[in-house]
Amino acid sequence: MTHPEPDPVPVLALEGVSKSFGAVRALRGVSLQLFAGEAHALAGENGAGKSTLIKALAGVHRPDEGTVLLDGEPVVFHGPADARDAGVAVIYQEPTLFPDLSVAENIFMGRQPRRSFGRVDHRAVHAATADLFRRLGVDLDPDQPARGLSIADQQLVEIAKALSFDARVLIMDEPTAALTGSEVARLFGVVRSLREEGAAVLFISHRLEEVFALCQRVTTLRDGAWIATEPVAGLGEDDLIRRMVGRDLDELYPKLPAEVGAVALSVRRLTREGVFTDVSFEVRGGEIVGLAGLVGAGRSEVARAVFGVDRWDGGEVEVAGKPLKPGAPSLAMAAGLALVPEDRRAQGLVMGMSIERNIGLTGLRATSRAGVMNRGSERSRAVDWAVRLQVKYARLGDLVGTLSGGNQQKVVLAKWLATSPTVLIVDEPTRGIDVGTKAEVHRLLSQLAGQGVAVLMISSDLPEILGMADRVLVMHEGRIAAELDRAEATEQSVLAAATGVTGRAA
Amino acid sequence: MTTTMEPVRVAVPASRGLLDRVLKMRELAILAVLVLMLAATQIDNSAFLSQQGIKDLLLNATILVLVAVGEAMVVITRNVDLSVGSVLGITAFAAGDFLQGGGNPLLAVVLAVALGAGFGLLNGLLVSIGQVPALVVTLGTLYIIRGIDSIWIGSREITAGVLPTGFIDFGHNGLSALPYLAVLAAAVLVAVAYFLRNYRSGREFYALGSSPEAAGLAGVPVRRRILAAYIACGALAGLAGALYLARFGNVDSGTGSGYELTVVSAVVVGGVAFTGGSGSVYGVALGALLLTSINSVLPSIGVSSVWVQAIDGILLLVAIAVDRILALRVAGILRKRAAETRSARHG
Repeated sequence: MTHPEPDPVPVLALEGVSKSFGAVRALRGVSLQLFAGEAHALAGENGAGKSTLIKALAGVHRPDEGTVLLDGEPVVFHGPADARDAGVAVIYQEPTLFPDLSVAENIFMGRQPRRSFGRVDHRAVHAATADLFRRLGVDLDPDQPARGLSIADQQLVEIAKALSFDARVLIMDEPTAALTGSEVARLFGVVRSLREEGAAVLFISHRLEEVFALCQRVTTLRDGAWIATEPVAGLGEDDLIRRMVGRDLDELYPKLPAEVGAVALSVRRLTREGVFTDVSFEVRGGEIVGLAGLVGAGRSEVARAVFGVDRWDGGEVEVAGKPLKPGAPSLAMAAGLALVPEDRRAQGLVMGMSIERNIGLTGLRATSRAGVMNRGSERSRAVDWAVRLQVKYARLGDLVGTLSGGNQQKVVLAKWLATSPTVLIVDEPTRGIDVGTKAEVHRLLSQLAGQGVAVLMISSDLPEILGMADRVLVMHEGRIAAELDRAEATEQSVLAAATGVTGRAA
Repeated sequence: MTTTMEPVRVAVPASRGLLDRVLKMRELAILAVLVLMLAATQIDNSAFLSQQGIKDLLLNATILVLVAVGEAMVVITRNVDLSVGSVLGITAFAAGDFLQGGGNPLLAVVLAVALGAGFGLLNGLLVSIGQVPALVVTLGTLYIIRGIDSIWIGSREITAGVLPTGFIDFGHNGLSALPYLAVLAAAVLVAVAYFLRNYRSGREFYALGSSPEAAGLAGVPVRRRILAAYIACGALAGLAGALYLARFGNVDSGTGSGYELTVVSAVVVGGVAFTGGSGSVYGVALGALLLTSINSVLPSIGVSSVWVQAIDGILLLVAIAVDRILALRVAGILRKRAAETRSARHG
């Protein structure tokens, strides 16, 4: 791979930057240099300080110590608008859109092209958006409201937004988490051409193969401190993981053979109009069943319907032989079902509540007498599970929002495992989680299966599905396209079914 | 990897302007109810829509339209201003007191607007800098301003007799059935609507209400916009105060008491969601017109005016129910369309 020699003066740089939130030291004297024409990767486990570093570059956080340098000169960004005006574009991990406004307005908010008397030129906004979408190869209507867009489409809007101003620095925090293979390829094509035009790129992804495919240099952070900055060429995935984790990693997919018991969850001909159709499957005790498919294939929607969050229009669900009522999560819970949802911030946790109270939410009945809660038993229940899952926290009374992503996910798991479920549905259990915690979550799922729990695991991470599942169900456009045994399931066979190549004729 | 860079063209029927259509539907629905109600009343009582009748309807609506338009700006940013009734009362008295002392009528209006803007600034500062929920802050200023009003005014009152006749005439006359006050309110309405639709800062009001976090990340000056919305709201309440004086000629320490609830009703009936980020001031003006018209309709078809408040309440609930049903249907449509687009894309 040949690329122009980096300009000796970095476009944007951090020098000895530290940032603390209360007692948590998120960044400790970190330096980073982004050069024009270079894609730079930022690696590190969740909680290593990557997001804080990005926010320091984007003007969201002001460093406690150290300086931000723009073209070698110290600058102070007083807010996101300052950074934007300096040519820094950021794509955040969680899409931040205005649901009530059109896609086009979302992209150009505050920067709309103007006509005479400072009026917004609505036609130009529309045209510029259509243009961006054409460049990205995206099929979205600029006038459509952002509400109702899938996560992948929202992410594409975010990407279009970042591309809409000729950024000198493009920062991307996990932009590909929700995208399909072809969308990722297209995004990378655009990023490469931006880089060749002289933009500096900072890229974060937990998919290490993407780091290797896109970037020239990589900086690794661990526990808020700088570990290394080195060329990607000559580096192996194992080397990178070792730098991130600081120790050799145990087996990432510690799947143990478990004894398969009776049918615990049985779903027959389940249909929700316009979402999924005629979905039938069984999960037995002690089994881990993987549910694979592209984003938007209807996997999470099936899980939500089974658990009773959404209603279904037809079909039936049985837990241990007893039928479940549609649309009744509390009955599903009583029947022994637990659902760890896809989006831990919006669905899995109450961000403004403490760790203890979040775990306690699933046991309000168990920890109260005559409707009055017993704080002591709530606390001991929370401690029990937080310790068992090795959640890293300062105090149980801390807000769950102050934890890193991986630890938040452990709290969600603790909250549900505390109900001693017989059927556990986990939706993207390791999305946005560092490698170390990922292995811990996998070990935990394996242990649970060993104890006879029936596990249904939805995942977009193919190695995870192949590594952990006893059986793989593949969904395509709202239908089960294939059911594969552990032996049959390969990357090719799952992908073929997920994209509709095999299974029913497309 | 050989991906074609040409996007897959998918026919997405009726996607364009779906939002617009629903919003227009919302405004059209209020208009339809209004027209229906007026037509039915006219059939029952042919004197209802006489020149004077129309003029009265418009005059009654004017003041509510002004205050409700200001309130709508605040509600669009996902805040609320409960102090508008108190502001209207105190600015009306201030303008009256100034005129009573021989002041210039135009200057009196400017004074009322400035005083209102000042109270708006106070609300805005407390909400945006203090980060206190708007409901609580403005409930506080509602009482504070009312308190100042009572201490200052005591048992005094302004009557039409002490006001310049030109000022009172302005409040009553017009171009045949079209009162001057209504023309003024319409001008303000059009200006605000145009601003909200066509200026960056206007669009940022909606952005802010739709998602405050996203607005911050997009570089929207959140505090300044909230401040601006409150100042505009206060200024319009002040203007309404001066016009109230011109129209009724009679102000005491109780003027405008409880008015904030009518204002908020007009805003909600007019289709501005309390969760911010949506609705239009035209809808709000129609909502205000609908609410004030009921007050005239009921007596003229022989229903006791004791029913007025109950009917206002029912209207409010119906409006919210309609919004909710519409939102669910739109969600359903979007869901179905997403499924169609998806199968078109992958199929």
